[in-house]
Amino acid sequence: MAFDYDKYLRPGKLPHIWCPGCGHGIVMKGLIRAIDACGLEKNNTAIVSGIGCASRLPGYMDFCTLHTAHGRAAAFATGVKMAKPEMNVILVGGDGDGTAIGGNHFIHACRRNIDMTYLIMNNNIYGMTGGQFSPCTPTGAKASTTPYGNPDPAFDIAKLAIGAGATFVARGTAYHATQIDKLIAEAIQHKGFSVVEILDDCPTTYGRRNKFKSVIEMMNRLKEIAVPVKAAEKMSPEQLEGKILTGVLYKAEKPEYTGEYAKVIERAKGAK
Amino acid sequence: MEKKLPTIEIIEKYCKGCHICVEFCPTKVLEMQGFVAAVKNLEACIKCMQCELRCPDFAIKVTA
Ligand SMILES: Cc1ncc(C[n+]2csc(CCOP(=O)(O)OP(=O)(O)O)c2C)c(N)n1
Ligand code: SF4
Ligand code: SF4
Ligand code: SF4
Repeated sequence: MAFDYDKYLRPGKLPHIWCPGCGHGIVMKGLIRAIDACGLEKNNTAIVSGIGCASRLPGYMDFCTLHTAHGRAAAFATGVKMAKPEMNVILVGGDGDGTAIGGNHFIHACRRNIDMTYLIMNNNIYGMTGGQFSPCTPTGAKASTTPYGNPDPAFDIAKLAIGAGATFVARGTAYHATQIDKLIAEAIQHKGFSVVEILDDCPTTYGRRNKFKSVIEMMNRLKEIAVPVKAAEKMSPEQLEGKILTGVLYKAEKPEYTGEYAKVIERAKGAK
Repeated sequence: MEKKLPTIEIIEKYCKGCHICVEFCPTKVLEMQGFVAAVKNLEACIKCMQCELRCPDFAIKVTA
Protein backbone atom coordinates (compact mmCIF):
# COMPACT_ATOMS: atom_id res chain seq x y z
CA MET A 1 0.00 0.00 0.00
CA ALA A 2 1.31 3.41 -0.84
CA PHE A 3 2.12 5.34 2.32
CA ASP A 4 -0.21 8.28 3.01
CA TYR A 5 2.14 11.24 3.43
CA ASP A 6 -0.67 13.77 2.87
CA LYS A 7 -2.05 13.05 6.31
CA TYR A 8 1.01 14.75 7.83
CA LEU A 9 1.55 17.57 5.34
CA ARG A 10 -0.05 21.01 5.37
CA PRO A 11 -2.54 21.03 2.51
CA GLY A 12 -1.64 22.84 -0.71
CA LYS A 13 2.09 23.13 0.05
CA LEU A 14 3.42 20.76 -2.63
CA PRO A 15 5.40 20.91 -4.83
CA HIS A 16 8.05 21.92 -2.31
CA ILE A 17 10.78 24.47 -3.07
CA TRP A 18 13.72 22.06 -3.15
CA CYS A 19 15.60 21.59 -6.44
CA PRO A 20 15.20 18.50 -8.66
CA GLY A 21 16.98 15.58 -6.96
CA CYS A 22 17.68 17.45 -3.69
CA GLY A 23 17.83 14.83 -0.95
CA HIS A 24 15.96 16.97 1.58
CA GLY A 25 12.65 15.65 0.19
CA ILE A 26 13.76 12.04 0.70
CA VAL A 27 14.72 12.85 4.29
CA MET A 28 11.41 14.62 4.98
CA LYS A 29 9.54 11.54 3.79
CA GLY A 30 11.65 9.40 6.14
CA LEU A 31 10.83 11.73 9.03
CA ILE A 32 7.12 11.47 8.25
CA ARG A 33 7.25 7.65 8.24
CA ALA A 34 9.16 7.69 11.53
CA ILE A 35 6.59 10.00 13.14
CA ASP A 36 3.86 7.68 11.88
CA ALA A 37 5.64 4.59 13.23
CA CYS A 38 6.07 6.23 16.65
CA GLY A 39 2.44 7.35 16.66
CA LEU A 40 3.31 10.95 17.59
CA GLU A 41 0.35 13.31 17.86
CA LYS A 42 0.41 16.49 15.83
CA ASN A 43 -0.61 18.69 18.76
CA ASN A 44 2.02 17.20 21.01
CA THR A 45 4.92 17.36 18.58
CA ALA A 46 7.06 20.40 17.78
CA ILE A 47 9.33 20.53 14.74
CA VAL A 48 11.90 23.29 15.02
CA SER A 49 14.43 24.54 12.47
CA GLY A 50 16.97 27.28 11.85
CA ILE A 51 17.58 28.77 8.40
CA GLY A 52 18.63 27.09 5.14
CA CYS A 53 17.09 24.89 2.47
CA ALA A 54 16.91 22.00 4.96
CA SER A 55 15.38 24.31 7.53
CA ARG A 56 12.39 24.91 5.24
CA LEU A 57 11.17 21.45 6.20
CA PRO A 58 8.86 22.39 9.12
CA GLY A 59 6.84 24.66 6.82
CA TYR A 60 5.47 21.60 5.05
CA MET A 61 4.66 19.64 8.18
CA ASP A 62 1.22 19.80 9.79
CA PHE A 63 2.54 19.89 13.36
CA CYS A 64 3.48 22.58 15.89
CA THR A 65 6.35 24.17 13.98
CA LEU A 66 8.95 26.87 14.53
CA HIS A 67 11.17 28.27 11.76
CA THR A 68 13.65 30.30 13.76
CA ALA A 69 16.98 32.13 13.27
CA HIS A 70 20.05 30.70 11.55
CA GLY A 71 21.74 28.15 13.82
CA ARG A 72 19.31 28.72 16.67
CA ALA A 73 16.99 25.71 16.36
CA ALA A 74 18.50 24.08 19.45
CA ALA A 75 18.04 27.23 21.54
CA PHE A 76 14.37 27.67 20.61
CA ALA A 77 13.71 23.93 20.87
CA THR A 78 15.23 23.85 24.35
CA GLY A 79 12.81 26.60 25.35
CA VAL A 80 9.86 24.58 24.03
CA LYS A 81 11.01 21.43 25.80
CA MET A 82 11.63 23.18 29.13
CA ALA A 83 8.19 24.82 29.00
CA LYS A 84 6.45 21.60 27.94
CA PRO A 85 8.59 18.58 28.82
CA GLU A 86 5.80 16.21 27.75
CA MET A 87 6.07 17.43 24.16
CA ASN A 88 8.00 15.54 21.50
CA VAL A 89 10.55 17.99 20.12
CA ILE A 90 12.31 17.38 16.81
CA LEU A 91 14.98 19.73 15.45
CA VAL A 92 15.85 19.77 11.77
CA GLY A 93 18.41 21.63 9.68
CA GLY A 94 21.47 21.60 7.48
CA ASP A 95 25.15 21.06 8.23
CA GLY A 96 25.88 24.78 7.93
CA ASP A 97 23.07 25.76 10.25
CA GLY A 98 23.96 23.12 12.82
CA THR A 99 27.75 23.01 12.85
CA ALA A 100 28.88 26.53 11.86
CA ILE A 101 26.72 29.34 13.26
CA GLY A 102 24.76 26.86 15.37
CA GLY A 103 27.70 24.74 16.50
CA ASN A 104 27.67 26.13 20.01
CA HIS A 105 23.97 25.48 20.57
CA PHE A 106 24.46 22.01 19.13
CA ILE A 107 27.22 20.92 21.51
CA HIS A 108 25.44 22.30 24.55
CA ALA A 109 22.19 20.52 23.70
CA CYS A 110 24.31 17.35 23.48
CA ARG A 111 25.99 18.12 26.80
CA ARG A 112 22.68 18.58 28.61
CA ASN A 113 21.28 15.37 27.17
CA ILE A 114 17.88 17.04 26.82
CA ASP A 115 15.25 14.67 25.45
CA MET A 116 14.96 15.92 21.85
CA THR A 117 15.78 14.49 18.42
CA TYR A 118 18.04 16.41 16.06
CA LEU A 119 17.84 15.49 12.39
CA ILE A 120 20.76 17.00 10.52
CA MET A 121 20.80 16.93 6.74
CA ASN A 122 24.45 17.01 5.77
CA ASN A 123 24.89 17.99 2.14
CA ASN A 124 28.42 19.30 2.82
CA ILE A 125 27.56 22.86 1.75
CA TYR A 126 25.52 26.02 2.35
CA GLY A 127 22.90 25.28 -0.29
CA MET A 128 20.50 28.15 0.20
CA THR A 129 23.01 30.96 -0.17
CA GLY A 130 24.72 29.58 -3.26
CA GLY A 131 27.32 27.07 -2.15
CA GLN A 132 29.73 28.55 0.38
CA PHE A 133 31.79 25.93 2.22
CA SER A 134 30.58 24.69 5.59
CA PRO A 135 32.46 22.95 8.43
CA CYS A 136 31.31 19.71 6.77
CA THR A 137 32.73 20.40 3.32
CA PRO A 138 35.38 17.73 2.63
CA THR A 139 39.02 18.78 2.36
CA GLY A 140 39.87 19.62 -1.23
CA ALA A 141 36.24 20.12 -2.32
CA LYS A 142 35.18 23.18 -4.24
CA ALA A 143 32.69 25.70 -2.95
CA SER A 144 31.97 29.25 -4.10
CA THR A 145 34.31 30.41 -1.30
CA THR A 146 36.96 27.72 -1.92
CA PRO A 147 37.41 27.87 -5.70
CA TYR A 148 40.92 26.36 -5.39
CA GLY A 149 39.84 23.57 -3.08
CA ASN A 150 38.94 23.59 0.61
CA PRO A 151 42.00 23.54 2.91
CA ASP A 152 39.95 22.77 6.05
CA PRO A 153 39.36 19.31 7.50
CA ALA A 154 35.65 18.53 7.93
CA PHE A 155 33.77 17.85 11.14
CA ASP A 156 32.62 14.31 11.79
CA ILE A 157 29.16 15.21 13.12
CA ALA A 158 28.67 11.87 14.84
CA LYS A 159 31.97 12.06 16.71
CA LEU A 160 31.27 15.67 17.64
CA ALA A 161 27.88 14.68 19.06
CA ILE A 162 29.27 11.72 20.99
CA GLY A 163 32.16 13.78 22.36
CA ALA A 164 29.77 16.53 23.47
CA GLY A 165 27.52 14.12 25.35
CA ALA A 166 24.63 13.08 23.07
CA THR A 167 23.29 9.68 24.12
CA PHE A 168 21.98 8.41 20.77
CA VAL A 169 23.90 8.99 17.55
CA ALA A 170 23.07 7.48 14.17
CA ARG A 171 23.92 8.05 10.53
CA GLY A 172 22.18 7.21 7.28
CA THR A 173 22.11 8.46 3.71
CA ALA A 174 19.52 9.83 1.32
CA TYR A 175 20.21 6.85 -0.96
CA HIS A 176 19.37 4.31 1.77
CA ALA A 177 15.81 5.57 2.10
CA THR A 178 14.38 2.52 3.89
CA GLN A 179 16.82 3.02 6.76
CA ILE A 180 16.06 6.72 7.35
CA ASP A 181 12.72 6.21 9.10
CA LYS A 182 14.07 3.37 11.24
CA LEU A 183 16.97 5.49 12.52
CA ILE A 184 14.75 8.49 13.22
CA ALA A 185 12.13 6.35 14.96
CA GLU A 186 14.76 4.84 17.23
CA ALA A 187 16.11 8.33 17.95
CA ILE A 188 12.64 9.62 18.84
CA GLN A 189 12.08 6.70 21.20
CA HIS A 190 15.42 7.20 22.94
CA LYS A 191 15.23 9.22 26.17
CA GLY A 192 17.93 11.87 25.88
CA PHE A 193 19.49 13.99 23.14
CA SER A 194 19.52 12.02 19.89
CA VAL A 195 21.36 13.03 16.75
CA VAL A 196 20.58 11.53 13.35
CA GLU A 197 22.85 12.67 10.54
CA ILE A 198 21.64 11.92 7.04
CA LEU A 199 24.27 12.29 4.33
CA ASP A 200 22.44 14.22 1.69
CA ASP A 201 23.02 15.68 -1.76
CA CYS A 202 22.88 19.21 -3.10
CA PRO A 203 23.21 18.81 -6.87
CA THR A 204 22.72 22.54 -7.46
CA THR A 205 25.53 24.09 -5.46
CA TYR A 206 27.80 21.16 -4.52
CA GLY A 207 27.38 18.58 -7.26
CA ARG A 208 27.99 20.81 -10.22
CA ARG A 209 31.14 22.35 -8.71
CA ASN A 210 32.58 18.99 -7.74
CA LYS A 211 32.37 17.13 -11.03
CA PHE A 212 29.21 15.16 -10.35
CA LYS A 213 27.54 14.94 -13.74
CA SER A 214 24.12 14.34 -12.25
CA VAL A 215 22.21 13.67 -9.07
CA ILE A 216 22.45 9.98 -9.97
CA GLU A 217 26.24 10.14 -9.58
CA MET A 218 25.79 11.79 -6.19
CA MET A 219 23.39 9.05 -5.12
CA ASN A 220 25.79 6.38 -6.34
CA ARG A 221 28.57 7.94 -4.28
CA LEU A 222 26.39 7.74 -1.14
CA LYS A 223 25.70 4.11 -2.00
CA GLU A 224 29.41 3.36 -2.36
CA ILE A 225 30.81 5.12 0.70
CA ALA A 226 28.24 3.84 3.22
CA VAL A 227 29.21 0.81 5.29
CA PRO A 228 26.84 -0.50 7.98
CA VAL A 229 28.55 -0.59 11.42
CA LYS A 230 28.12 -4.37 11.69
CA ALA A 231 29.79 -4.99 8.31
CA ALA A 232 32.62 -2.61 9.23
CA GLU A 233 33.59 -4.80 12.20
CA LYS A 234 34.81 -7.43 9.76
CA MET A 235 36.69 -5.00 7.52
CA SER A 236 40.35 -3.95 7.61
CA PRO A 237 41.43 -0.30 7.96
CA GLU A 238 42.45 -0.41 4.28
CA GLN A 239 39.01 -1.62 3.25
CA LEU A 240 37.43 1.13 5.33
CA GLU A 241 39.51 3.89 3.70
CA GLY A 242 37.17 6.57 2.36
CA LYS A 243 34.08 4.83 3.76
CA ILE A 244 31.55 6.23 6.21
CA LEU A 245 29.84 4.17 8.89
CA THR A 246 26.05 4.03 8.91
CA GLY A 247 23.49 2.76 11.38
CA VAL A 248 23.26 3.34 15.13
CA LEU A 249 26.77 4.46 16.09
CA TYR A 250 26.30 5.14 19.79
CA LYS A 251 23.69 4.60 22.48
CA ALA A 252 23.95 5.26 26.22
CA GLU A 253 21.75 5.89 29.22
CA LYS A 254 22.45 9.07 31.15
CA PRO A 255 20.37 11.47 33.29
CA GLU A 256 18.06 13.53 31.09
CA TYR A 257 17.92 17.29 31.48
CA THR A 258 14.19 18.03 31.95
CA GLY A 259 14.06 15.28 34.58
CA GLU A 260 17.09 16.70 36.37
CA TYR A 261 15.65 20.20 36.18
CA ALA A 262 12.37 19.01 37.71
CA LYS A 263 14.41 17.82 40.68
CA VAL A 264 15.95 21.30 40.98
CA ILE A 265 12.44 22.76 41.09
CA GLU A 266 11.47 20.33 43.85
CA ARG A 267 14.60 21.15 45.83
CA ALA A 268 13.97 24.88 45.44
CA LYS A 269 10.39 24.48 46.71
CA GLY A 270 11.70 22.90 49.88
CA ALA A 271 14.34 25.59 50.42
CA LYS A 272 14.08 27.72 53.53
CA MET B 1 -3.16 -17.72 -12.67
CA GLU B 2 -2.51 -14.17 -13.77
CA LYS B 3 -0.34 -12.20 -11.36
CA LYS B 4 -1.84 -9.12 -9.83
CA LEU B 5 -0.16 -5.99 -11.09
CA PRO B 6 0.45 -3.01 -8.84
CA THR B 7 -0.82 0.46 -9.64
CA ILE B 8 1.87 3.08 -10.13
CA GLU B 9 0.61 6.62 -10.02
CA ILE B 10 2.87 9.45 -11.14
CA ILE B 11 1.72 12.89 -10.11
CA GLU B 12 3.07 14.91 -13.00
CA LYS B 13 2.58 18.30 -11.41
CA TYR B 14 4.94 17.27 -8.57
CA CYS B 15 7.57 15.45 -10.65
CA LYS B 16 10.74 17.52 -11.15
CA GLY B 17 12.35 15.12 -13.59
CA CYS B 18 15.33 14.16 -11.41
CA HIS B 19 15.61 10.60 -12.89
CA ILE B 20 16.13 8.98 -9.46
CA CYS B 21 13.15 6.61 -9.72
CA VAL B 22 14.05 5.60 -13.28
CA GLU B 23 17.71 5.00 -12.56
CA PHE B 24 17.35 2.98 -9.38
CA CYS B 25 14.35 0.80 -10.24
CA PRO B 26 15.88 -2.69 -10.11
CA THR B 27 13.73 -4.02 -12.96
CA LYS B 28 13.60 -0.97 -15.25
CA VAL B 29 9.88 -0.40 -14.98
CA LEU B 30 10.07 3.35 -15.38
CA GLU B 31 11.33 5.77 -18.01
CA MET B 32 11.49 9.49 -18.57
CA GLN B 33 8.94 10.82 -21.04
CA GLY B 34 10.16 14.27 -21.76
CA PHE B 35 10.40 16.07 -18.44
CA VAL B 36 8.49 13.62 -16.25
CA ALA B 37 8.73 9.99 -15.16
CA ALA B 38 6.38 7.46 -16.72
CA VAL B 39 5.60 3.74 -16.50
CA LYS B 40 7.15 1.76 -19.34
CA ASN B 41 6.86 -1.86 -18.26
CA LEU B 42 4.43 -2.45 -15.40
CA GLU B 43 4.66 -6.25 -15.74
CA ALA B 44 8.28 -6.14 -14.51
CA CYS B 45 7.45 -4.36 -11.25
CA ILE B 46 8.46 -6.36 -8.17
CA LYS B 47 6.70 -3.92 -5.79
CA CYS B 48 9.92 -3.14 -3.93
CA MET B 49 8.66 0.44 -3.34
CA GLN B 50 12.15 1.89 -3.83
CA CYS B 51 10.92 4.41 -6.39
CA GLU B 52 8.27 5.69 -4.02
CA LEU B 53 10.72 5.84 -1.08
CA ARG B 54 13.42 7.68 -3.04
CA CYS B 55 11.31 10.17 -4.97
CA PRO B 56 12.20 13.47 -3.27
CA ASP B 57 9.01 15.06 -4.56
CA PHE B 58 6.13 12.86 -3.37
CA ALA B 59 5.41 12.32 -7.06
CA ILE B 60 5.19 8.53 -7.27
CA LYS B 61 2.83 6.16 -5.49
CA VAL B 62 2.93 2.40 -5.76
CA THR B 63 -0.09 0.42 -4.58
CA ALA B 64 0.58 -3.31 -4.52
C1 LIG C 1 22.52 35.26 10.99
C2 LIG C 1 22.52 34.77 9.57
N1 LIG C 1 23.69 34.62 8.93
C3 LIG C 1 23.70 34.17 7.66
C4 LIG C 1 22.52 33.88 7.02
C5 LIG C 1 22.58 33.40 5.58
N2 LIG C 1 22.28 31.99 5.43
C6 LIG C 1 21.05 31.55 5.14
S1 LIG C 1 20.96 29.90 4.96
C7 LIG C 1 22.64 29.74 5.22
C8 LIG C 1 23.35 28.42 5.17
C9 LIG C 1 22.47 27.25 4.91
O1 LIG C 1 23.22 26.09 4.81
P1 LIG C 1 22.81 24.75 5.53
O2 LIG C 1 22.38 25.00 6.91
O3 LIG C 1 23.90 23.77 5.35
O4 LIG C 1 21.48 24.26 4.77
P2 LIG C 1 21.20 23.94 3.22
O5 LIG C 1 20.75 25.23 2.61
O6 LIG C 1 22.44 23.40 2.61
O7 LIG C 1 20.11 22.94 3.28
C10 LIG C 1 23.23 30.99 5.46
C11 LIG C 1 24.66 31.19 5.70
C12 LIG C 1 21.32 34.06 7.73
N3 LIG C 1 20.13 33.75 7.18
N4 LIG C 1 21.34 34.49 8.98
S1 SF4 D 1 20.25 24.55 -3.35
FE1 SF4 D 1 20.92 22.48 -2.81
S2 SF4 D 1 20.14 22.15 -0.72
FE2 SF4 D 1 19.03 23.90 -1.59
S3 SF4 D 1 17.16 23.00 -2.48
FE3 SF4 D 1 18.69 23.15 -4.12
S4 SF4 D 1 19.70 21.13 -4.11
FE4 SF4 D 1 18.62 21.33 -2.15
S1 SF4 E 1 8.18 -0.63 -6.95
FE1 SF4 E 1 10.31 -1.27 -7.35
S2 SF4 E 1 10.16 -2.50 -9.17
FE2 SF4 E 1 8.25 -1.38 -9.05
S3 SF4 E 1 8.59 0.46 -10.28
FE3 SF4 E 1 9.13 0.98 -8.18
S4 SF4 E 1 11.32 0.63 -8.03
FE4 SF4 E 1 10.61 -0.44 -9.86
S1 SF4 F 1 12.00 10.44 -8.52
FE1 SF4 F 1 10.10 11.61 -8.41
S2 SF4 F 1 10.61 13.68 -9.10
FE2 SF4 F 1 12.31 12.32 -9.71
S3 SF4 F 1 11.77 11.72 -11.81
FE3 SF4 F 1 10.94 10.14 -10.46
S4 SF4 F 1 8.81 10.78 -10.05
FE4 SF4 F 1 9.90 12.55 -10.89
